Amino acid sequence: MSNSLKDWVDITSGVNVLKCMRCGKCSAACPSYDEMEYHPHQFVYMVERGDIEPLMASQSLYKCLTCFACIERCPRDVQPAKVVEAVRLAAVRRQGCNHLIPDQIPEMLDDDLPQQAIVTAFRKYTK
Amino acid sequence: MQRIGVFVCHCGTNIAATVDVKAVAEALGYEAGVVISQDYQYMCSESGQNLIKDAIKEHSLTSVVVCSCSPRMHENTFRKAAAAAGLNPYLVEIANIREQCSWIHKDIASATEKAVILGRAAIAKVHLNAPLTAGESPVVKRALVIGGGIAGIQTALDIAEAGFDVDIVEKEPTIGGKMAQIDKTFPTLDCAACILTPKMVECAQNERIHIHSYSEITDVKGFVGNFTVTVKKKARFVDETKCTGCGLCMEKCPMKKVPNEFNMGLDNRTAVYIPFAQAVPKVAAIDPNYCLMLKNGKCGVCSKVCSVGAIDYKQTDKYIEEKYGAIVVATGFNPIKIDKYEEFAYSQSPDVVTSLELERLMNAAGPNGGTLLRPSDKKHPHTIVFVQCVGSRCDDGKGKPYCSKICCMYTAKHAMLIREKYPDTEVYVFYIDVRTPGKNFDEFYRRAVEQYGVHYIKGMVGKVTPVSDGSLDVQASDLLANEQLHIKADMVVLAAAIEPDKSARPLATMLTTQMDTNDFFTEAHPKLRPVESATAGIFLSGACQGPKDIPETVAQASAAAAKAIGLLCRNSITCNPCIAHSDELMCNGCSSCEKVCPYGAITYIDKEFRMPDRTTRIRRVASVNPAVCQGCGACTVACPSGAMDLNGFSNSQIMAEVDAICK
Repeated sequence: MSNSLKDWVDITSGVNVLKCMRCGKCSAACPSYDEMEYHPHQFVYMVERGDIEPLMASQSLYKCLTCFACIERCPRDVQPAKVVEAVRLAAVRRQGCNHLIPDQIPEMLDDDLPQQAIVTAFRKYTK
Repeated sequence: MQRIGVFVCHCGTNIAATVDVKAVAEALGYEAGVVISQDYQYMCSESGQNLIKDAIKEHSLTSVVVCSCSPRMHENTFRKAAAAAGLNPYLVEIANIREQCSWIHKDIASATEKAVILGRAAIAKVHLNAPLTAGESPVVKRALVIGGGIAGIQTALDIAEAGFDVDIVEKEPTIGGKMAQIDKTFPTLDCAACILTPKMVECAQNERIHIHSYSEITDVKGFVGNFTVTVKKKARFVDETKCTGCGLCMEKCPMKKVPNEFNMGLDNRTAVYIPFAQAVPKVAAIDPNYCLMLKNGKCGVCSKVCSVGAIDYKQTDKYIEEKYGAIVVATGFNPIKIDKYEEFAYSQSPDVVTSLELERLMNAAGPNGGTLLRPSDKKHPHTIVFVQCVGSRCDDGKGKPYCSKICCMYTAKHAMLIREKYPDTEVYVFYIDVRTPGKNFDEFYRRAVEQYGVHYIKGMVGKVTPVSDGSLDVQASDLLANEQLHIKADMVVLAAAIEPDKSARPLATMLTTQMDTNDFFTEAHPKLRPVESATAGIFLSGACQGPKDIPETVAQASAAAAKAIGLLCRNSITCNPCIAHSDELMCNGCSSCEKVCPYGAITYIDKEFRMPDRTTRIRRVASVNPAVCQGCGACTVACPSGAMDLNGFSNSQIMAEVDAICK
C-alpha cells in the first residue's frame, strides 16, 4: 500500500527524488527550517524510501511556506517544495477527510477575499 | 568468379547472446560467391585470425567478410591477418553486428535477421572491392604545442629532449598558466612557483623550444605528419628582441588603474606590463584598451624612458605560417563565472571570494604580500567558511554536471595553510562528499581534520548575507546534526567549478577534433587511448581533456609527448588509400568539389583530350592530390556529374549495399 502511495506522490509531484545528491542545500535555504519536524531534505529522502505516512501525519506539511527557495537553490533540480506539496495533497485528499464542505462556503465569503481563493481552497481541501 | 569467405564472431556473449551466430553463418553461406562461412568465439584472437588465414590459403579466397564489432575496433587486425595470408588487405570488409546490432537489440529473432542483412550488405560490397595500395607521406619533424601552462610546458620539454623542435603558442604574454597563480601545491605543500618557474626558464633556454607568447592559432590545414598552421602574433607594441624586461616603463606608466588579471582583479597594474616577475619571456606588453598613447595619441612616456627603444606603438598583428608533424592541445581550464549563484553574495561582498582569488590573497607575490587580509577592510579574518561544489555536480542550468575533481584537495590545502599560519582563525568547510582518491590525498585531508582542527560539516550553504557590521551571515545545513546553522563569518571562499578555456571550441573546429557537451576534448578511447584525439596527429595534454590536478596533468603531458615523439620519429607514414579520384571524362570542371574539400586536396588542371572525331580539345578537370586527400567523401556527394568517386567506398559499392539491404 505504501508503495502505491509513493507512486502517487512521485506522479503528483512530478519529481524524480533519485536525482537528489544529499547536499542539504534545500534545508540550508529553508526559512521555516526551525518550525519543521521534518526538513526539506528529509521529505525528499523519506519519499525515496517510501516512508510517507509519518510525513503525512506531521505538522511540517503546513510549515512549508511554498516560497520555493529550495527549488531555486537545488543544484540537482529536484524541486523539494513540489514533494512537500504532493505529500500535503496526499494528506488533505485522503478519502473521508474532506477539510471543506460546500455548505461552509457561504459563511466564508468576504468582500476582501478573492473568489479565486475560495475556489482554490475548495479544490485543494476536498477529495 | 569471386571466392568469398564469411567469418562470424561470437565476441564471447557480446554478440552470441543476442544474435544466433550459427544461423547467421549458415544463411550467409548460401549467398552468391561465398565458398566458406564459419563462426568462432573470438575472431580477433590469434586462433580466430589463424582460422581466417588458413581459409584464405585453403579455399583460395579472393575476399573476406568478417561479421564482428565496429571496423574502428578490429578492421586493422583483420586486414593484417589477410595481408599475412597473401590477400590484399582492402579486400576485407567488416559487417558491424555488435555495436549496430547485438548491443542495441533485445529480441534474438529480429537481431539475427538484422545481422544476416548486414552480412549480405558487406558481401554485396566486397564483390566490388578492388585491391588498393597505401602510399606514404613524409613526416615534418616539428611539433606544435597549443597552450603554455604546466601541461604545454611539460609536453614541450619532453619533445625537445627527444631531439625535435617544438613551438609553444600561448595566448597570454607569458607562459606559466594557472599553476603560476597558485601559491602552494597539494599534497606536499611545496611552493608552486618554486617548481614551475625553473621549468619555464628551461623552456626559454632550450634551443629546440620556440615560444610564441601573446599569440593565437588562426588556421590549421593538412593532416597527420604534415600540418600547416597559421599563428597570429598579436601586437604587443614592444619589440620582443629589444626589451630586456627591466620594468622601467611599468614604473613610469601614468595609467595605473588597470585590473590585474594575474591577481584575479584584486589589485591594479599599469597599461604597459609584465604579468609577473618570473614571466617567460620577460618582455613587456602594452594593453591597447588602456594605453593613453594608443587610445588618443597623448602620452608616450614608456617610449621616452625605454633605454633600448623597444616600444613600438605602430606594431601590428603578424601572421606566421609553419609546418608541423604533430600537434598537442594543452588549452587548460578556467573557473566558471559564479555571479548566477546569487545566494552566495559573490557580487555583493568583496569578502566572498573564489578559491583562485584566495590563492592570490595568500600568495607572497599577491596583492597583500602573502598576509591573508579581508579584501573589504584589509583586516585579519577570524572565521572563514569554505563552500564546496559551487557549480559542480549541478543539474540546474547554471553550473556543470561533472565533479571538478580538484576542489576537495585544494580546499583541504587552503584550510590547513590558514590554520597553520593563523591558529586563531576558525575554518569551516561545508562538503557534500569529500572526494580524495590519489596517492597521499585522503591522508592529507584527514590531517586537515585531525591535526589542524578544520571543521568539516556535511551539508551545504544555502545563503550568505552581508551584515551591516561588515561580517557575513552564513546560513547552512548540518545534515548529520539535523540542524540549520548560522555562522558569523569574516570571509567566504567558494570552490567554483572549472570549465575548459573558451578558446578550445574554435580550436577544435580548426583541428577537426571532437569535443563533449562540456567542451572538453574527447580522447580516441576513454581507457586505451587517453592522450590521443580521434584525429590522427592531434594529441591531448592536461585539463583540456577533463578536470585534472597537477600530478595528473604532468603525467598526461608526458604521455602526449611520448605519443607525439613516436610519430615524429618516423620518416614517413602510411597513407589511407581510400581517397577520392575524379573520372576526367565525366568531370565538367564546375569547382563544386574544390569548394567543399576541407583539406584543400583538389585543384583544377587544363588537360588535352582526344575527341571521338580525332580532334583534341583542352578541358578544365579536377585533380586530387593523393597525399592531402583524407577520404572524407564530401566531394563525391557534391559532384553533380558523378565524376568524383572514393576508393574503397565507391558509389557503386554503396548502392550495392543499399540494394542488398532492401532486397
